[in-house]
Amino acid sequence: MTPFFALLKRDTSLAVRAGGGAALALAFFACVVTLVPLGVGPDLKLLARIAGGVLWVAAVLAALLSLDRLFQADYEDGSLDLLALAPMSLEASAFAKIAAHWLATGLPLTLLSALLAVLYNLPVAPTGALVLSLLVGTPAVSAIGAIGAALTLSIRRGGLILPLIVLPLLAPAVIFGSGAVLAVLDAMSNGAMLLLAAFSLLAVVLSPFAAAASVRLNLG
Amino acid sequence: MTIALEVTDLTCIRGQRVLFRGLAFTLLGGRALALEGPNGSGKTSLLRLLAGFLKQASGTVRVLSDTVAADEPEERGRFIGWHAHQDAVKPQMTVREQLAFHARLYESPKDPQTMLAPFGLTAIADLPGQYLSAGQKRRLGLARLHLSMRPLWLLDEPLAALDTAGKALVAQAITAHCAAGGLVVAATHEPLGIDCDALRLGSEP
Repeated sequence: MTPFFALLKRDTSLAVRAGGGAALALAFFACVVTLVPLGVGPDLKLLARIAGGVLWVAAVLAALLSLDRLFQADYEDGSLDLLALAPMSLEASAFAKIAAHWLATGLPLTLLSALLAVLYNLPVAPTGALVLSLLVGTPAVSAIGAIGAALTLSIRRGGLILPLIVLPLLAPAVIFGSGAVLAVLDAMSNGAMLLLAAFSLLAVVLSPFAAAASVRLNLG
Repeated sequence: MTIALEVTDLTCIRGQRVLFRGLAFTLLGGRALALEGPNGSGKTSLLRLLAGFLKQASGTVRVLSDTVAADEPEERGRFIGWHAHQDAVKPQMTVREQLAFHARLYESPKDPQTMLAPFGLTAIADLPGQYLSAGQKRRLGLARLHLSMRPLWLLDEPLAALDTAGKALVAQAITAHCAAGGLVVAATHEPLGIDCDALRLGSEP
């Protein structure tokens, strides 16, 4: 397990250091989420209803900002070759990178969302559902994003193609995530949260294999 | 551990161009092989093929050791120490951190701190990668290669960007590795300065 944790630690610390992109993603998230109420206007009822959707869309877009470098940076400087020869499978490497991306981006976004929900006049219970949905759902964003990052790692300016690949695949996360917040707001039964959890689990389990296969193709 | 590299009938095609065809050689433990040839003759491609990054159009690459005969790229990779011209240095991490990370990644029994002095890295141990010169990055790469503790070294232009002392260091390292029974395949334009076999690529039309 040593190589796995070594990579997890290195990628997390690289992401939070200068130029790593984690702080940028957080700032972007805060900006977008703050800007929407300014545009929509002070209709408190409306704001509470759109809060889940806006925060989820903003979280997905913010996470994408730091995703394009997930494999590309290592590919460009040759680290990916060393990683491929390390005593761990590329699948495990991909999983470590996904986990590192989530720790540096998904988790801080989740925590920040509790604060930003205040801007939308979201009551306490739906805010709890929002935070829980992001906690459960953002791993899927990192995982599915990793597939896109692996596919585009050798493409110059691949970061522009990445959203086109990843965003359609993340539609279920946005639908179930914002649905889970609305269900609590309307005091209805919350099946969306369970569907989100199922989607997230599936994404986290399958993505490392897809990402590793794509990295292998790109090493040649 | 005795080890050998066996290549038979190897053909490499890159972008519809045949780089080499029917390449065959066997390298026994303790020998170094210098790959020579003009630019574009397929030296780097052969190294990437040996490492299992590239797929051959035909032929086999096997690493034979006491215990296993590794045909598949994944198994073969466990024998390989890789030192290419891309230096794999992270601008935000210090030299010490990069060595410590590599030691853990490769589960090296060696202490990464002991790699600083032999490769002239002591003075720059706490310097982030972005301030290193090209030659210092190469030295860091050599230190990493030693930490990897792999029997088969694949080196791409190991002498590039190094000063005279650095070049001597590479020659010394290769000699010592071979003396310990290891294998070295190095693509190079300059003479390595040691006794080794040579394979010339790209001579046929």
